[in-house]
Order: sequence, then structure tokens, then C-alpha cells
Amino acid sequence: MQYLLLIYGKEADLKSLSDKEKAAFYGEYVAFTESITKSGHFRGGAGLQPVATATTVRVRDGKPVTTDGPFAETKEQLGGYYLIEAKDMDDATAIAARIPSARFGSVEVRAVKQ
Amino acid sequence: MSLERLYRDESGRILATLIRLLGDFDLAEEVVQEAFAAALEQWPVEGTPANPRAWLVSTARHKAVDTLRRRIRFEGKREELERLATLEDLPPLEPTDSTVADDRLRLIFTCCHPALAIEAQVALTLRTLCGLSTEEIARAFLVPIPTMAQRLVRAKQKIRDAGIPYRVPPVELLPERLDAVMIVVYLVFNEGYAATSGDARVRRDLTAEAIRLGRLLSELMPARTEPRALLALMLLHDSRRDARVDVGGDIVLLEDQDRRLWDGAQIAEGIALAESALREGGAGFYALQAAIAALHAQAKRAQDTDWRQIAELYAVLLRLHPSPVVELNHAVAVAMAEGPGQGLRLLDALEGRGELRDYHPLSAARADLLRRLGRWADAAEAYRRALSLVANDPERRFLARRLGEAEAKSS
Repeated sequence: MQYLLLIYGKEADLKSLSDKEKAAFYGEYVAFTESITKSGHFRGGAGLQPVATATTVRVRDGKPVTTDGPFAETKEQLGGYYLIEAKDMDDATAIAARIPSARFGSVEVRAVKQ
Repeated sequence: MSLERLYRDESGRILATLIRLLGDFDLAEEVVQEAFAAALEQWPVEGTPANPRAWLVSTARHKAVDTLRRRIRFEGKREELERLATLEDLPPLEPTDSTVADDRLRLIFTCCHPALAIEAQVALTLRTLCGLSTEEIARAFLVPIPTMAQRLVRAKQKIRDAGIPYRVPPVELLPERLDAVMIVVYLVFNEGYAATSGDARVRRDLTAEAIRLGRLLSELMPARTEPRALLALMLLHDSRRDARVDVGGDIVLLEDQDRRLWDGAQIAEGIALAESALREGGAGFYALQAAIAALHAQAKRAQDTDWRQIAELYAVLLRLHPSPVVELNHAVAVAMAEGPGQGLRLLDALEGRGELRDYHPLSAARADLLRRLGRWADAAEAYRRALSLVANDPERRFLARRLGEAEAKSS
């Protein structure tokens, strides 16, 4: 089964890290990605530009309306994602728990429709 | 053995096996019912088979194959094709006691999976493991029937769509998952035992179901001690069911209960299980509570209760599993062992921290200790506070009576 792991966190927390701490954090991500690639789970993934760069598009009455900002203001912001292949929910949540941001933020695990 | 008896004893086990085979709660339920219907027709004519359980599982499985084929012909869903292929590939089943036991264990862990909301875990467990109808569960939890039906549908959908596995969790996950299962079982028990409101008969059913689940867990996981301890705790609480409420439906305090009405056999069983759990597993969360319940049960009269030991056990429980409610119970035990003043000091500290602000037993406990110290005005105030928070009639009546006494004495 495929699962999308949506990584949420407070952007302010990440910004407050020192350069050295940031480098270490990203290093953890690299190691994690390598490990799930090796184990055959990885199907895709990326970090996203900050929420300040978000733009939301809605089409109403046939007209596209473009607004600055995310679809909704949230306490934690979407910062990245992984698409994985996993045996079942337990497999997927075990992988989600290893995502570095899970220690400070939240990872939403969603099964992809088959 | 009559078919009716067989249904009562075996349908749960057969259902668990079919759920594993089919990966579909509703289809499994449907074909199990059909298999029993077929037995009702055929066994009187052909005679009862040598292995009734195997016959029923095999028949249910064939009916599932037929149903899936029919669905595929009309709807062509890929999911059903895969399921059919898996089913047809299986060798003939000889369900032994151990594979069946495994299936029931798998089912409990699946129903109590943490990815499901706790209300969904409870509802699904009662529906699939205990065989309660949607109506019965809705009544027990004072929820409209369509809401409960929706809750069950969504839970099954989530299991299917989110890929929640049908299995006994692997060894590294087992401790936390077992905790989750026991929380559900104890929740069901408390819902029945606390009798907060609603149909008394249904509440008795809930405690009985919880105890059955407790027995099942202990039986299926004999190496673990906490299931045994939980069973002991429930048996000991439940042993007082005939003495807790008087003919008028009013609460009878533990100290006033007619101990001849306590279920002696259940107490003996509970004490034995509690001792075994403590001996083999040490000071577990349920084991300690069961030990406390055992001490109450062993006292021939209220005044024979070993409050000092109970207070010590609560102190251990407080250290290992701290919580405001445990702290409250500890304070009450200390009050009994050392005097109301000592207990009140602990309760005031608890209240001072602002925890349990809306928990009426805290105010009720303070009120009781103030009453015993003769501080009538303070007791009345505490009883008023408790009354503003209490949610069920028998307790309300009791507190109102105590308030009346305190007000009379303070004027």
C-alpha cells in the first residue's frame, strides 16, 4: 500500500536553530531518506519552501481566484512530504515516527487510494 | 449439543477466523450467519458433523466465495478479485483450538488499534467480540442508534482503507498495544459498573462482557500477568453488585454494605488471580489496584479493613503511576488509616494545585472528611460544590442528604 506522509511543524522553531543545529537536522533527514530508500519503502519526497511562499487557488463560478498564503492558517505548517510503499498502517507509522520532524511537529499518515 | 448452544459458544470464534480470511467484517458476519442457517436446515436431516466448527468455517468460506463471485460478475471490483483468488488458493481449513485462539486475539488487537478513535475501539470490540447489537451498544453509551451505526461503519472503513493490519502485534509493540486493549476492556467495565445513568440491565451486560473479555485475554495470553490482574480487579468490584444499591435505587456506601450479599465465589477467584499476578508480575498498574480491592473484599466487617496496607499500596501506585485520581484515593485511605485531618491535608494540597476541579469525588471526599471533623459549615460548602458537579441520580440523592445533615448541624 502507498502512504503519503505529510510533515507539519512550527516554522519558527526551525528558524530559531543555529546554523550548526540546522546542518545536523538536515543531516538526519539525509540519513533517513537513504535508509528508507535502501529498505525499498521510498517512492518520493521533498522539503517545501516556507509557508510564506504559499499561494492558494480556488475556482468559483468558473473564475480562478488566487490568494497569497496557505489554504488555512494553522499552528503547525506543512513543510515537506514523503511518498512511501508500506505493508500496512503499522509499517507506515513506524517509518513516520523516524522522520526527524516528528520529534517536534506532527506527521500525518494518509493511505493513497488504490 | 444444540445448535443454539453451539451458536452461543462458537459464533464469535468462527467470526474471528472468517474476518482473518476475508479481511472484511461485514462479509464475514454475513457468511457466518448463512453458515449457521445452513446448519439449521441440513444437520437435522444429514446428522451433526463430526467436527461442527470445521463444517461451519468451511461452509462460511464457500458462501464467501459465492458472494464474491456474484459481486465480481456484477461490479467487477479488483479488490474482490484479489480476495477471491486468495480464498480459493487456501488449503482446506482444519481450525484447531490454537489457530482459533489466534484469530480471536488478532481480532481484539485489530479492534483496539490506536489508529482508531477510542470510542470506535470500544464500539467495534463490543460489536465483533461480544456480539452486542448496534442498538444495545448505543443504549449503553446513551448515543443515538444512527450515530453508533455510523461510528461502526467508519471504524471498519478505516481499517480497510488505511490498511490497519489484522494481526497480533509483533513483540516490540505488544506491551503498549496490550495496554490499549486493557484500557478498552476496563472502559467497558466502568461504563457498566459506574451506572452513571440509563438502563440498569444493559449496564449489567456491560460488566459481564468486560469480564468475559478479561477472561479471554487472560486465557489467550497466559504468560502476561496484567490481563489476569485486570480480570481480578473487575471480578472483585463486580462481586459487590448486589449490595451497592438498595431497593430504592440509592447508593449504599462500602462501609454500610451487607457483606453477606457479596459474591463469595467471585471474591475467592479474584483474590487468587490478584495474588498470582502480583507474585509473577510484581507491582503492575492493575495488579496493585486488584490487591487493594482484595484487601477490601477480605474484611469480614468494614471495621476489619486493613486501611494501613491499603494506604501503603496506594502510595506505591502513586509512585509508579502518578495521577490526580490515584492521589485522591491515597488521601482517602490515609484518612481512614491515620485520621481525617491527615487525609484532608493531602486533599487540600491536591485541590490547591487546581487538578480535578470538575471531578465531584474530590469535593465529596473533602466534604466527608470535614464532616468527620465536625466542621459542618465547611462540609456543607464542599457538599454543595460536589452537587454542582455530580452527573447521576443515586449519587446526587446521597450528596443532597449529606448536605442536609451538614446544614442542619451548622446552623
